[in-house]
Amino acid sequence: MRSPASVTDATFQTEVLDADLPVVVDIWATWCGPCKQIAPLLEQLAVEYDGRIKIVKLDADQNPAAVVAAGVTSIPTLSFYKNGVRNDILIGAHPKTVITEKMEALLA
Amino acid sequence: MCCIGMIRSSGDGQVNSSSVWFAFGIDECQYRHMSIQEVELVIIGSGPAGYTAAVYAARAGLEPVVLAGSVTAGGALMTTTEVENFPGFVDGVQGPELMESMRAQAERFGARILLEDAIRVDLDGPIKIVETGGGETIHARAVILTMGSAYRKLGLPEEDRLTGHGLSWCATCDGFFFREQEIVVVGGGDSAMEEALFLTRFASKVTVVHRREEFRASKIMAQRVLDHPKIDVAWNSEVAGIIGAEKVHAVALRDTVTGAERELSATGVFVAIGHDPRSELVTGIIDTDADGYVLVEHPSTRTNLPGVFAAGDLVDHTYRQAITAAGTGCAAAQDAQHYLSALDESTTFELETEEVFA
Repeated sequence: MRSPASVTDATFQTEVLDADLPVVVDIWATWCGPCKQIAPLLEQLAVEYDGRIKIVKLDADQNPAAVVAAGVTSIPTLSFYKNGVRNDILIGAHPKTVITEKMEALLA
Repeated sequence: MCCIGMIRSSGDGQVNSSSVWFAFGIDECQYRHMSIQEVELVIIGSGPAGYTAAVYAARAGLEPVVLAGSVTAGGALMTTTEVENFPGFVDGVQGPELMESMRAQAERFGARILLEDAIRVDLDGPIKIVETGGGETIHARAVILTMGSAYRKLGLPEEDRLTGHGLSWCATCDGFFFREQEIVVVGGGDSAMEEALFLTRFASKVTVVHRREEFRASKIMAQRVLDHPKIDVAWNSEVAGIIGAEKVHAVALRDTVTGAERELSATGVFVAIGHDPRSELVTGIIDTDADGYVLVEHPSTRTNLPGVFAAGDLVDHTYRQAITAAGTGCAAAQDAQHYLSALDESTTFELETEEVFA
């Protein structure tokens, strides 16, 4: 199984904004229970959307710049990027269907 | 691994012995949308009630399937920090760690935990049908409902708009983002106390807003809050509104005695005003009370439908503790086990009778 790769403040530009594929950024932290709850689902989605959408993880604790830039005050937060622009955002833990709906919108 | 078909062992030779079911690698399986699994027992929910029911049912050889939820596995304790009152943990235990242990314990005895939501149920007949968000259909002879409860909202029109922009339901998740800021915690129970105390790690000041002039929380928790230098309490106050266009910058408080309103500046608002049962799945299917709690025949866990049992916070108005949920989860597993063996006995009797009189 392909687990979502990690991005950092330093790699955000190249891995997310300049990426060829649409990107879903999972903003999480080690101390966040719901983040752990959605992690297996994101791993599953990374496999299902392999080659079409990239899913990456950003540790909120370690990467304050990206967190502040995204205006995040709640995690888990999923940010949906296409061509370097954030299209959508999903705050909190949501069921698979809600997440895939937004991922499909990235592909449209 | 993908959709490995398995013939159930004949076990004790009773009626279900020939049923076929499928074991999943839930991630890779390509055929899940067309699969039907036949099992003895499905447990919906994965908090202390669900996992304890799974431990007991698995040890009884029922090979329960647990629909743990696609994003809610482990239940409400996954968003807590330290649990100090679960017996056996002298120094306390982290909520997520406790739930992880319960899950592992259930799996050790043969429970199958699926990270799936139950989205539709048909519980009337002898075969209970449960459909999952992943497109699977499960046929079971018994079901245990342990969906627990969800955070209660304030009921303000701006609530959805400001959620994630200063308004939060999870101090352990979001407290970090409010370093050196002023925070309001709404509520007067143990959860509110726990959140307020936890948030003092980050906030410059925490104000607990409570409708009455006394906390509902346990004495030890209330005292810790009252003694804390960073915490103020706004007694007899309710939140009339949350103020902020893009993000929260204040709350409007209304005095519950005089009706007077005032503004309290805060960039973070954490709500802990209680929970409501997550019974939407069975509304109109199973008897509930006016508040949505599933009704059971106390002291058993039987609902109004044969073969359907309920436990934990889904049922419990009063105690709502991890240990009481675990206790009723255990009772539900035993009730389900008795129900299933009684079914087997009557079916065996009928078969024998048919043979004699055929």
